[in-house]
Amino acid sequence: MAELIALRQGPLPVGPVGRRGLGWWGVGTLVATEAALFGYLLFSYFYTGATAPPGWLLEPRPVLQLAVPNTILLLASSVVAWYGERGVLTHRPVQALVGFGGAFLMAILFAAVQVLEWYAKPFRLGTSSYGSLYFVTTGFHMAHVAVGIAVLAAIFLWTTLDYFSPRRSLSVSAGVLYWHFVDIVWLFIFTSFYITPYLGFGR
Amino acid sequence: MNRGEDRTPALGSVSPALEQRLQELWEGEGGLKGVLSTVDHKKIGLRYIVTAFVFLLLGGIEALIMRLQLAGPDLRLLGPEQYDQLFSTHGMTMIFLYAGPVLSGFSNYLWPLMLGTRDMAFPRVNALSYWIYLAAGIFVYVGFLGGNGPNDGWFNYVPYANRDYSPGMGEDFYALGMVLLGTSTTLGAANFIVTAMRTRAPGMSINRVPILLWGTLTANVANLLVVPAVSLAFFLLWMDRQFGTHFFDVRAGGQPLLWQHLFWIFGHPWVYAIVLPAMAFVSDGLPVFCRRPLVGYPLVALSTVATMILGFGVWVHHMFATGLPALGMSFFSAASIAIVVPSAVAVFSWLATIWHGRPVVTTAFMFFASTIILFVLGGVSGFMTASVPVDWQLTDTYFVVAHLHYVLIGINVFPVVGALYFWFPKMTGRLLDERLGRWNFWLMFIGFNVGFLPMHLTGLLGMPRRVYTYGPDMGWNTLNLVTSIGAFILAVGIVLLLVNVLKSRRGGAPAGANPWDAHTLEWSIPSPPPPYNFAVIPAVASRHPLWEGYLDEELRSSLDRGLLLDQAKESLGTSPLDALPDMILRMPEDTVAPFVLTIGLGVLFAGLIAKSWGLALVGGIVLTAALVVWLWPRRELREREAVRG
Repeated sequence: MAELIALRQGPLPVGPVGRRGLGWWGVGTLVATEAALFGYLLFSYFYTGATAPPGWLLEPRPVLQLAVPNTILLLASSVVAWYGERGVLTHRPVQALVGFGGAFLMAILFAAVQVLEWYAKPFRLGTSSYGSLYFVTTGFHMAHVAVGIAVLAAIFLWTTLDYFSPRRSLSVSAGVLYWHFVDIVWLFIFTSFYITPYLGFGR
Repeated sequence: MNRGEDRTPALGSVSPALEQRLQELWEGEGGLKGVLSTVDHKKIGLRYIVTAFVFLLLGGIEALIMRLQLAGPDLRLLGPEQYDQLFSTHGMTMIFLYAGPVLSGFSNYLWPLMLGTRDMAFPRVNALSYWIYLAAGIFVYVGFLGGNGPNDGWFNYVPYANRDYSPGMGEDFYALGMVLLGTSTTLGAANFIVTAMRTRAPGMSINRVPILLWGTLTANVANLLVVPAVSLAFFLLWMDRQFGTHFFDVRAGGQPLLWQHLFWIFGHPWVYAIVLPAMAFVSDGLPVFCRRPLVGYPLVALSTVATMILGFGVWVHHMFATGLPALGMSFFSAASIAIVVPSAVAVFSWLATIWHGRPVVTTAFMFFASTIILFVLGGVSGFMTASVPVDWQLTDTYFVVAHLHYVLIGINVFPVVGALYFWFPKMTGRLLDERLGRWNFWLMFIGFNVGFLPMHLTGLLGMPRRVYTYGPDMGWNTLNLVTSIGAFILAVGIVLLLVNVLKSRRGGAPAGANPWDAHTLEWSIPSPPPPYNFAVIPAVASRHPLWEGYLDEELRSSLDRGLLLDQAKESLGTSPLDALPDMILRMPEDTVAPFVLTIGLGVLFAGLIAKSWGLALVGGIVLTAALVVWLWPRRELREREAVRG
């Protein structure tokens, strides 16, 4: 029996190869639990909004001037990070560095614009439950952006050290997956806080 | 592409030379550095179990003090504020610091042994989740012993927990401590999930795993998804209390019921998370003493999963008295009643296993069998409160206290003690004393029922929970006295357990590899197991690898001959469902990174509670440095290429 199972397989890779490794599953569980966290934040927003008296929205028509381009910037950075990952997987180190460096700069720009956006808001953390929800939810996201910036920087550094190959690239794929998550979850936050008021939520 | 590093692992048999080689590869360092840096799941599992038992004793002492206070009417052993802190800390300790972690401890210890592998999927994460659990326990107890315990019950409702009504720091210790503990639980959950999916011995397809895998896996999938709810709730509470936010503050548009939703979205699945693995102890242990396989394995496995799926949709039954819409309550009431079905599957399966088996009555058997009785009692009172009108009558009375203790002691403590009698020989190489065991069992069983069965009646007679005393004319005097006497008998039983453990650890009868003639893989290796667990990776052909001869199975597992994996610290990765060999895993060496990270995290949280941002910054820097060292790609783990050029 043992012989059957083992011999049928032939050579096995040693350590993670591509995305085939326990680390990939590990990041998957991280993304799942983080997604749940943001799910509960948005649940808090919708539940509080749905049960609040009229006038709860402090900004019934949220200003989109900064938020929309910034959202596009963040989503684009995901594409750029993916381009960098392709660079590693196809053994093009320059493409990889352009991708990770580009995504890193775009992430910093997003964070800077987001700080401006915070200052432009006519309310603060302590103004009301709406202000608390807005700033804590976007704040949680900003904390994840900060981690993502560190992750992109690490991947960039490790790529310059020539650590990776198409075969040994799990750290890259895991980091880029995390960055995709940070970007996608922003789309949900953006939709909840900036778009649903226009659709009638909380008015 | 460079495939030069692929390898066909050699097949071989167990031999002293092989064991010697593996011992050198897997044996950790000794001394203090070894203590702080070990990633061995067996050591970590034992630490979890011992730490959880320490918290069980602390929570037990708190309970006994409360029972002294309540033994008669108008007693003044404790003042109201002391009593509030005591019952809140008792609940927090038992539910968060004992009941969950003790099961993590057993599963940590047992999983790799049952699954035929050499460690958990992420050994360093395993060490980290233990250290953070310990740090969280110390954190909340520093608060409590400094007079800053939580005082609004373990579910800590707002507005009681708001700063207006709880001005001290007790709630802040509780809030931040639970965020810390949530990190530990989540890390553990991720580790269990990946271990279950990717490291089972070849041939151990998903329909051949021990029920403990189903129980702990299901519980931890739930934990991964619901722990963020409670961590968030506690974080938002802390923000409300310290930074002027208004999440739960109705004066500024906040919603107090949001706390209850977030808490119970977590809280109810958590109830299943702290019983499903314990029920699995019974499902795996009882058949050994009945000398036959578990009746209805597929049904028990599926009903474990079904319990949890339904368990996600029952949280509002804790909130029937909050004025929610009737339609919503009907849904949650129906789900709460429906959950009886998968629970009954387990009960009938156990009964049928005893009925069709030839029971060998040991102390472990008695604990497992008594679980069935206590589960039925706790289940029936739960079924009653699942009905909205009944719940309105019973909510916040001692009936609910009786119910939750039948569930938590009956389906957690009893199977855990049974599991200790069952697996102690594996852990130590020594059997626990059976004679002392009988005294241990009967004192616990009688004490528990004398204490908690009358409590149902106390509740029906209207005694509200969480009052620090009561008047002499309420008609509750005798019942309370009986409950207090029962609680002390139960405590004597627990003390006997400790005596037995301390006495048998060195002086017990030698156990040998398989003292119970049990059927799962952990019994195929020496007691206690060597650091590498299995000298060769076993290949599994059935649900009962050690009973195949006895059951006359067609296929036979191969335990003495298998993949060697003796060239480095390696183990086998297998596919998620069929458990076919997929890759060779490079396992990490011992490292202090998890410990240092926890120190950083602890300093960070100390900074947060003291609002000392400099201290928090120092903690954050230590934490980040530990993470960078940890995550730096390593050649020996094959996370990067060899240095080129």
